[in-house]
Amino acid sequence: MNFSVLQFPASNCDQDAVHAVRLLGHNARLLWHKENSLGDADAVIVPGGFSYGDYLRCGAIARFSPVMQAVKQFADHGGLVLGICNGFQVLTEAGLLPGALIRNRDLQFHCENIFLKTATPDSPFTNKIPAGKILRVPIAHGEGCYFADEETLAKLKAGNQILWQYCDASGNLTDTANPNGALQNIAGICNERRNVAGLMPHPERACELALGSDDGKWIFESLFAALENRTGGAGGVVHGEPDVKVSRRNTSPLRM
Amino acid sequence: MSTLRNSLNFFSNFLIFPMTEPAITPELVAKHNLTPEEYAHAVEILGRTPSYTELGIFSVMWSEHCSYKNTRPLLKTFPTKSPKILVGAGEENAGIIDIGDGIAIAFKIESHNHPSAVEPFQGATTGVGGIVRDIFTMGARPVCAVNSLRFGPITANGESDLSNSKAEIANNRRLFAGVVSGIAHYGNCFGIPTVAGEVYFDKTYQGNPLVNAFCLGVLRHEQITRGAAKGVGNPVFYVGPATGRDGLAGAAFASQDLTEESAEQQRGAVQVGDPFMEKLVCEACLELLATGCVAGMQDMGAAGLTCSTCEMAARAGTGIEIELDKVPQRAPNMSSYEIMLSESQERMLIVVHKGREEEVKRIFDKWDLPWSEIGIITDTGHMVVRHGSKLVVDIPARKIADESPVYHRDAQEPEYLKAVRAFRLDGTPDLTNGTDATDALKRLLAWPSIASKNWVYRQYDHQVRDGSVVLPGSDAAVIRIKTDSLPVMSAELAAKVGDPKVSEKLIAMTVDCNGVYVYLDPYEGGKATVAEACRNLACSGALPLGATDNLNMANPHKPELFWQMRESVRGLAEACRAFNAPVTGGNCSLYNQSPAGPIDPTPTVAVVGVIEKLEHVTTQWFKDEGDAIILLGEIVDQADPILGLGGSAYLQVIHSKKTGSPPRCDLETAKTLHTTLLGLIQSGLVKSAHDCSDGGLAVALAESCISQLIARETPRLIGATVDLSAVAADVSPLHSKSGIDQSRLTSAATSQGARLDALLFGETQSRVVISCKALDALKVVERARLMGVPAVQIGKVGGDKLTVKTASGEFSAPLTELHDPWWNSIARAMA
Repeated sequence: MNFSVLQFPASNCDQDAVHAVRLLGHNARLLWHKENSLGDADAVIVPGGFSYGDYLRCGAIARFSPVMQAVKQFADHGGLVLGICNGFQVLTEAGLLPGALIRNRDLQFHCENIFLKTATPDSPFTNKIPAGKILRVPIAHGEGCYFADEETLAKLKAGNQILWQYCDASGNLTDTANPNGALQNIAGICNERRNVAGLMPHPERACELALGSDDGKWIFESLFAALENRTGGAGGVVHGEPDVKVSRRNTSPLRM
Repeated sequence: MSTLRNSLNFFSNFLIFPMTEPAITPELVAKHNLTPEEYAHAVEILGRTPSYTELGIFSVMWSEHCSYKNTRPLLKTFPTKSPKILVGAGEENAGIIDIGDGIAIAFKIESHNHPSAVEPFQGATTGVGGIVRDIFTMGARPVCAVNSLRFGPITANGESDLSNSKAEIANNRRLFAGVVSGIAHYGNCFGIPTVAGEVYFDKTYQGNPLVNAFCLGVLRHEQITRGAAKGVGNPVFYVGPATGRDGLAGAAFASQDLTEESAEQQRGAVQVGDPFMEKLVCEACLELLATGCVAGMQDMGAAGLTCSTCEMAARAGTGIEIELDKVPQRAPNMSSYEIMLSESQERMLIVVHKGREEEVKRIFDKWDLPWSEIGIITDTGHMVVRHGSKLVVDIPARKIADESPVYHRDAQEPEYLKAVRAFRLDGTPDLTNGTDATDALKRLLAWPSIASKNWVYRQYDHQVRDGSVVLPGSDAAVIRIKTDSLPVMSAELAAKVGDPKVSEKLIAMTVDCNGVYVYLDPYEGGKATVAEACRNLACSGALPLGATDNLNMANPHKPELFWQMRESVRGLAEACRAFNAPVTGGNCSLYNQSPAGPIDPTPTVAVVGVIEKLEHVTTQWFKDEGDAIILLGEIVDQADPILGLGGSAYLQVIHSKKTGSPPRCDLETAKTLHTTLLGLIQSGLVKSAHDCSDGGLAVALAESCISQLIARETPRLIGATVDLSAVAADVSPLHSKSGIDQSRLTSAATSQGARLDALLFGETQSRVVISCKALDALKVVERARLMGVPAVQIGKVGGDKLTVKTASGEFSAPLTELHDPWWNSIARAMA
């Protein structure tokens, strides 16, 4: 599978996302923010970092970048898009995901491991996560408090769009397990169509035991499985635009 | 001489000083912190009176910050050579060490004390920015950051001096919070993991906090970039944001005593950091270097455009000519003085091979960064600056860079040391029972200098770049270097290297300094600083490669203060030699002195080491129930009349005494311990290793039980049962052979050594608490003793309590009661 990892000028988890995808046996390459085509990407990762410095509001400028127009189109046609941390912020700013990420409740940046409960296996981002498995994954953000109005929250719940929630080691959604004050302990969600997801934790930092946890790989494995299913013809998405190709393989290693 | 005369003629013909420029008077010279002798030397170099801008240039170039004029004779005593050193101390912006397979690391530490005192947030951001720039200027990709911080007390009690007012404590907290958030802001946005550090709180730093930032980068040998203005005729580019009036003459500011008045007045000397810009400049520079079009590169740090042009020309033995009209400017009507001395951040000076200018433009346009061709390399040896039609500067570059004054300051042993050395424990009541001991342990664990720094490092992204193997919270941080840690290669280098994939390397690092020890005995304290850093590395499974030092000192003109510095450097140098950790560079920060007086001499040292295999990476916390706990090292130094309690955290916290000669640091003993420990780790016998430092054995044991963190609000607590009642007599049978009086050892257990406080909280050097499988315990003890290291099994891992049995009774505390004060005390103080 080919993953395109967006590269805004101050993306700083872009290399990590590429590293994780390659480690798990798939292709990944960086895509500069001034590009307006995704090329042969099967899926897109909007990585963590500070996109354009984020002095205004996280992701507020990134949504206007050329590459994000291509990502919107890709998503509109059913392409899989995963936003991690700043990527999640960018996706909410771009209107691809509902709600917003606001300052952590204690106003401090938090870098620490948290536990994640997967709310549903029913998404291309969660289908391979073993049932009942609590994931231990790091977070690193100052503005990760998920916020939405009641109506949106109700819709998210009704649509089974909440994918991950902060929990304690036993899976309880407690307040102390919530690092940033996110409503309903929400760590990650998907859109109604279930092809675009965002989460504040960093699964790409938890794909190897050498780094302390490999729980994050389940999220990537879910994506790989979903893409395999699509290219296998089952539940595939119809792609109308010529610049959106989901199945072309590129086996040549890409030099960074 | 002819050059001088030429330039004189040149000046008399063309130079028209702007009317606004002040005349050069002795008062103006004094205002620029130049002594009459220094000024006379400047006049001699120029062969005439300097222009106002030139006076400013001499002032900053000859400030301590840029010239090391007071410290150079001391710095020369550091060991700086090793076959692995590719770029040595003083040569460039940072030293570089070979780590094998064609890969090298560049690292350095630098202070930003004065700016942080005035404006903590920006002072700290620009401290990080400056050191990160020093690293990528060498052609290396910055991969991790470390810092060493010191502030006045943030809690009302338990400090060595109890007379702090609420306002002072509030101000210390403000500075602490500001510095931490500044470091977080810059490092997190730039995308560099801040993986380790140390924070101390002591009255001595009140009003003059210390902020030392360290950065480490990675590169291939062929990618080493020099800050030399090579190639006559080559164009000089300015890249990065426009120059403003911020940070005017910051280097000169950093080289004065800090007074209340100066702090207020100098706020304008503090620069403003922009990590987003730094990220762009770094990526663009690394990309540009890969084109092979760069002849030399230097960041504009201290003394901005002045220092970068001057040093680059001096290094290459060339001249440089620049036009200030071409320098991008943020403020209107800036004078040549202001442009030359501005310390606006994130700017670089790049010399490009002639004919390849387009590549600079292409890459900097790609990153949307300002660039401007501002000058040319000449063969005159002079740094020449034009502003409009005027020639404003014409200075022989090498002379100003290399002929800065050098002072051999007077040194005199300070009076207070007499009382320090005479201090004995007679007037200090010992702990009498288990309750007292438990209480003391809890107070020590809660003491902010010992307490967990999670409130600090949680605010730093310490995992970005997917390389952090051991996170903050153990003795040393460990990162791995992988293929994408390296800067992008030029086509030529890529062809030469072939497969770009590198085998992963593990690098460990730590920064240490016990300022109290250094104050109480600069020489022993200096040795102990390096020994502690190397001990931390050994505990993590690493062998030292090199060190970088940051001498935070007070006014060198005062003989007592200079003596402290000289003696501490003697200790540092001796220890660096002993541990094979050559110094690859560093920083001197003098004049650290607030209205309340000078700071304790604080020579922080960061030591970097290499770990051979992932399996050797060792952390400080106990692992499994039933494991054996072994103490390596002598339990109490019986030759020390105050049994390792001098300068100890215990005396400070429990008895409010900051005195007594600090524990003796015998380098041979330390070296044997480190080698032995490393050998044990490499044979796979050691499951955890934690050094005894602040708070002694009891704190080390407690930390081994409570310091593992699984996730947020989820520590892993694992208990221990320790029996020290028989230990003092049974330290090592080899002792009698090695000439130590066995009878004294045994008698110690009953007389002096029976002091419970010294046993639990004494800070005798060269001790490590390790754990291993119960079955391996005998083997470990035997091996250590064979190597000449006292070793004894002192207990067993398990349970939910820390229980310690001594000859004077037993005490026990539930781990939750130890964990809470240790983990939360800083957060509570800052809430």
